[in-house]
Amino acid sequence: MATRIDLEVNGERHERDVEPRQLLVHFLREELGLTGTNVGCETSLCGACTVLMDGQAVKSCTQLAVQADGTSITTIEGLQTNGEYHPLQQAFWDCHGLQCGYCTPGMILAAADLLERNASPTEREVRDALKGNLCRCTGYHNIVKSVLAAAAGGES
Amino acid sequence: MYPASFEYVRATSAQEAVDLLAQNADAKLLAGGHSLIPMMKLRLAQPAKLIDIGRIAEIRGICEKEGTLRIGSLTTHDTIANSELVRQKCSILAGAANKIGDPQVRNKGTIGGNIAHADPASDLPAVLVALGATVHMLGPNGPRSVAAGEFFTGLLETALEAGEILTEIEVPACCEDGSGCTYLKVEHPASGYAVCGAAAVVKMEDGSCVSASLCFNGITPTVFNAWPNGGPLVGGSADDATIAAAMAELSIDEPMGDIHASGEYRVALARAYGKRALIAARERSGG
Ligand SMILES: Cc1cc2nc3c(=O)[nH]c(=O)nc-3n(C[C@H](O)[C@H](O)[C@H](O)COP(=O)(O)OP(=O)(O)OC[C@H]3O[C@@H](n4cnc5c(N)ncnc54)[C@H](O)[C@@H]3O)c2cc1C
Ligand code: FES
Ligand code: FES
Repeated sequence: MATRIDLEVNGERHERDVEPRQLLVHFLREELGLTGTNVGCETSLCGACTVLMDGQAVKSCTQLAVQADGTSITTIEGLQTNGEYHPLQQAFWDCHGLQCGYCTPGMILAAADLLERNASPTEREVRDALKGNLCRCTGYHNIVKSVLAAAAGGES
Repeated sequence: MYPASFEYVRATSAQEAVDLLAQNADAKLLAGGHSLIPMMKLRLAQPAKLIDIGRIAEIRGICEKEGTLRIGSLTTHDTIANSELVRQKCSILAGAANKIGDPQVRNKGTIGGNIAHADPASDLPAVLVALGATVHMLGPNGPRSVAAGEFFTGLLETALEAGEILTEIEVPACCEDGSGCTYLKVEHPASGYAVCGAAAVVKMEDGSCVSASLCFNGITPTVFNAWPNGGPLVGGSADDATIAAAMAELSIDEPMGDIHASGEYRVALARAYGKRALIAARERSGG
């Protein structure tokens, strides 16, 4: 039996009927067409599906869409403003914080939660904050550099 | 990976959750979902109905009452880890909550879900038993409380009866009564869960140990309480040599072993981390 949900995604309000078993990540990708949120492990470990729910990083493969009712969600598509990259997106570009890019949306949103709480983190704090996000390509160094650069206002 | 189909209903109060449980024998409560949803995706759990308690405000939040901290069962690990009150008055609990999983897991997982699930590799059970916490529940016959030491009864098993909901966890403000406390964890590198977690709470007065508790996660199917009846440190100076000798004698029957760590290795970890946790707790204590 479908359940009605009413939530905000990237500033836009959506009212939909969803099956209770639908995962938030599938709702975002399949119902709203926001495919920037990736599905990696499907087992809560890789962080590729990370989105912000009311400002906090969550793994959207481990939430039901019905749990997101009434919340405000930000996906990678919602980070830029008026065509301008978010400082984290720009820093990942500038510091080569990605290779294949599969982990990148999740990395950026997990980092956004960190910078919201702690505007000038140490390298250790950045690594701790990204503990729930796996990258198969970069070896993490440039990802950490990107987050530190974004915190420092774009200076790497 | 989808869970099997289920019906979904939301409870707006703890009493409503209890009423809904009474009407639906094969329903399960849903809090943060960070143990239940993975289990449902793997079809290890297949409830016919989920009762979402995630929005019940009355069982969320932290306050202080008569020298104890009252933590609503829906309070997230992140809220506990970052609460000034918990950090000041019961630092071991804030520290353990901060060691759970990763930031995303801490943003959603709750203390009630963690202890109701009672995974042997969870971080909070040993800490709550070492602290002498009390677990409050609400059921069809009204409210009821048990000591944390009696709450954890076996592998994924607790004293929670069918039809009951956890409402509040009550922990002593141990940092204010001269006790020192420490939680140390050897974590599994992939999952973040505890291969061994050692929780120590030591109270000293004028150089003499008044009480010492030591509990472990990850070693046995449920919390291992090393010293339920006081233990060898009480009455002495709890110096490093005494602690080392006590840990050399620590015996743990039937430890769990798997591909990550054998039972023998887990016991060796318990001795080593038990020692470090006790020494750190003694150093943090007032006396
Ligand atoms: C990737 C990952 C890593 C993790 N790492 C760790 C770790 O290192 N250490 C650790 O301790 N934990 C870890 N966890 C588990 C995490 O702490 C869970 O959040 C927690 O165990 C369950 O809390 P929840 O609110 O998500 O509960 P849910 O998943 O919603 O529920 C779990 C169970 O508890 C029951 N329940 C929930 N709330 C109540 C209540 N108020 N009253 C009665 N029953 C209730 C539910 O019916 C269900 O059976 C990890 C989880 C994940 C996904
Ligand atoms: S897909 Fe969600 S954590 Fe990997
Ligand atoms: S850039 Fe390929 S997984 Fe991270």
